[in-house]
Amino acid sequence: MSGLDAFLHMGGYAVYVWTSYGLALVVLALNVLLPRRAERAALAALARRRELGTIDDAQA
Amino acid sequence: MNFAFLHKYASLMHAYRLSRTLTPWLAGLTLALFAWGLVSGLVFAPADYQQGESFRIMYVHVPSAWMSMFVYVTMAAAGGAALVWKLKLAEIVARACAPLGASFTFLALVTGSLWGKPMWGTWWVWDARLTSELILLFLYLGVMALHGAFDDRRAAARAGAVLSLIGVVNIPIIHFSVEWWSTLHQGATVTKFDKPSIHIDMLIPLLVMIAAFQCYFFWNLLVRVRAQILEYDRNAAWVRELDLPTRA
Amino acid sequence: MSGDVVAAVLRRELLRAARNQAEALHPLLFFALVILMFPFALGTDSALLSRIAAGAVWVAALLAAALSLESLFRADYADGTLEVLVTGGAPLALLGFAKALAHWLLSGLPVLVLAVPAGLALDVPGAVLGVLLATLALGSVVMSLVGSAISALTVGLRGGGLLLAMLILPLYIPVLIFGASATANAALGLPVTGEIYFLAGLVVLAVTLAPWATAAALRIRMS
Repeated sequence: MSGLDAFLHMGGYAVYVWTSYGLALVVLALNVLLPRRAERAALAALARRRELGTIDDAQA
Repeated sequence: MNFAFLHKYASLMHAYRLSRTLTPWLAGLTLALFAWGLVSGLVFAPADYQQGESFRIMYVHVPSAWMSMFVYVTMAAAGGAALVWKLKLAEIVARACAPLGASFTFLALVTGSLWGKPMWGTWWVWDARLTSELILLFLYLGVMALHGAFDDRRAAARAGAVLSLIGVVNIPIIHFSVEWWSTLHQGATVTKFDKPSIHIDMLIPLLVMIAAFQCYFFWNLLVRVRAQILEYDRNAAWVRELDLPTRA
Repeated sequence: MSGDVVAAVLRRELLRAARNQAEALHPLLFFALVILMFPFALGTDSALLSRIAAGAVWVAALLAAALSLESLFRADYADGTLEVLVTGGAPLALLGFAKALAHWLLSGLPVLVLAVPAGLALDVPGAVLGVLLATLALGSVVMSLVGSAISALTVGLRGGGLLLAMLILPLYIPVLIFGASATANAALGLPVTGEIYFLAGLVVLAVTLAPWATAAALRIRMS
């Protein structure tokens, strides 16, 4: 078995090991992407309010 | 001692600027630490003679479990600061911690389960550590549910703060009682997650991975906090004059 | 002075319960119903029922406490009394303590009494029944105190009673563990002093801390 094959095979535990790492990647990536999207939305809302000149409305 | 110099950092404007400055560096550091940890853990660390290659799950499971506890304490501490000193920034930090902490807890549970299956043959064991972790997940979800039940952002954060403070007092009690319950029903089984001695070549990648997760947490926290700050201070002068990034 | 506050709140709660006797019985009926579920779910083999009996009584007591907490502050929130009390500078921690005491008298104590026939119906052995009652007595006090804080935190929120139950059950787990463990030990003839001491310790902790949490929760809800 070549080095790469052995690495992917993980001594027969491939399913468990790679699912763990894969899941970690998904969870950490989602946690990066979702807040970024929220920030973009907040900045877009800010730009909109500037354009409309409604930046002085009294909502806190 | 005069704490006035700290007031600057509690200001949302400064926190926003600090976040903008720090996050690229933290992102780079996080990625570097992950690269180092993953390579040394997956490739260079020797296989465990008992568990074979499956022990490598440890490099994701242990940092996740550690972070799940660390983030809860951070959330409770920030909540305490929000209640005692009425700091808006503390409210924002506390609220941001909840989904992150829940993510780490979820990850710790699933990787723990995946680690245990080849070892013990079942997807779930009522092990003291895993059971405590499961209860912790419910505590996080409870805080998130409470946040969601409020319309007023600030009241939501403060209510969550009270709940997480109640939780943080209960966590040692819960942990102790679960240990008690576990020995009652299983006898004194030493879980495979309790490695009494660990080879240095296996330990270093673990420490690096823990550092990577920790760095990731601070990075992610700063990013999450930014969007909230814009909402909290939406009518402030500094927000009105903020340079909006040209790319979307 | 503080005794006056507690007495006043207690009197009001008991009066309200006396006026709505049907509603005051709800925790008891719920408790009995949950107990009833077990033979239907598991069959009537008395050996099996005897084994799960103490646990079943505990679960039923837990659920009855969790669900009866919603009404603790609800009426006062709805008619504005709570707002008057908070903004008027009433001693909120004492109020919280008094409310918890009222809850215990109206929910915890009746369930404790009902636990006797419930336990007998499920074939709980005699020696175990005594331990069950002792641990339930201590545990129900903790549940009322901790529950009052969470009840204050969630009063009037959407999600209501289910949200409250969701938040409170993880916090009840240590009480459940020590109570159930004591009865399991009693069934084996083993000493139960450890569990009793821990439960007593939880009572002391709850009495000391819960009222302050309730006070903080009320201030947040009324802000």
